[in-house]
Amino acid sequence: MIESVSTVIKVGIAQMDIVKSPHTIRTSGLGSCVGVVLYDEFKGIAGLIHVMLPDSSLSRSDSLNVAKFADTAIPAMLEQLKREGVHPFRLKAKIAGGSQMFQFATNRESMRIGPRNVEAVKQQLKNFSIPIVAEDTGGNSGRTIEFDTANSLLQIRTVNQGVKEI
Amino acid sequence: MSFKNNITSVHLDVLKEIGNIGAAHAATALSNLLNTKIDMKVPYVKMASFNEIMEFVGGAESVVVSIYLRIEGDATGGMFFILSVEQANHFIRKLIHDDKFDFQDTNVSDMGISAMQELGNILSGSYLSSLSDFTGLKIQPTPPALTVDMFGAIISYGLIELSQIGDHAIVIDTTIFEEHMEGSESVHGHFFLLPDPESFETIFSALGVL
Repeated sequence: MIESVSTVIKVGIAQMDIVKSPHTIRTSGLGSCVGVVLYDEFKGIAGLIHVMLPDSSLSRSDSLNVAKFADTAIPAMLEQLKREGVHPFRLKAKIAGGSQMFQFATNRESMRIGPRNVEAVKQQLKNFSIPIVAEDTGGNSGRTIEFDTANSLLQIRTVNQGVKEI
Repeated sequence: MSFKNNITSVHLDVLKEIGNIGAAHAATALSNLLNTKIDMKVPYVKMASFNEIMEFVGGAESVVVSIYLRIEGDATGGMFFILSVEQANHFIRKLIHDDKFDFQDTNVSDMGISAMQELGNILSGSYLSSLSDFTGLKIQPTPPALTVDMFGAIISYGLIELSQIGDHAIVIDTTIFEEHMEGSESVHGHFFLLPDPESFETIFSALGVL
């Protein structure tokens, strides 16, 4: 008899990956970054992106890491999911992150990066008509998130508020 | 601008010296403040990928006490002073004479918080003023911000500027520790200096190694 063992796929900062049932996918230490989960609950398949910056126009590099920016990561993830046979209209989203880790008076726009990341992710999801069924964004705490393909729940762990599921 | 390819071992040595001088002054300041002997390790300078950096100090999820400030002026960048919760508790208990102080309490005392902020102020101030003397560059720190949270969530904030250039950062990491507490990995405090990409040229030309 073959037992199906659930493993955890880890996604680093400015990276993305796909998971299939019965496995889970997680990313650790989200601060101003936003974790975006796109999933098809019938197929038991999900993609997780660890978005670091809102827009690829901020890039001053010759080579673009598409997973880093909200505006390039979400279309790229949709392509990956399509190749797995997922229909975009069946996708739903859950998002978490976008904290303001430090509060201090400065005019540097990068200090507001958390809220800007959340706005950019929402705009992209709206463009592709993907509904956000749950979110835990903003505040000033770091988060570790893990998505379970078995029940489509996103587990969120923070230092001060323990663990919750959305 | 691909600063990643233009950094030589001479440059890394210069950055090591910066970490050395800065942290030595900070260690002396801390030593005077706590009236105990503080030692430091040879600075560690590395071109690291963001995901490697996330694994420093016990990993992205480990809870740390962190002081963060921005450096402004001729050269810009971010600076972190990071302590394990136990080490921060130990220092603050000594400073405010309160054996029960704990950063992980739900109601952390204001006294302890402001002592930690002041500690961060003094340490980063002495680190940066020695850096300024050494390079001849005018640099000023912003007031430090204190937070207790996951290391990954904290350090990624300092990588925002760099992330617009690439997926790597030059990290100047200097470890300090209280002498009789050495041997235990958890008791080390880290200074992380993360210069903004455009500041490397300024720093190197100020020191004549461009």
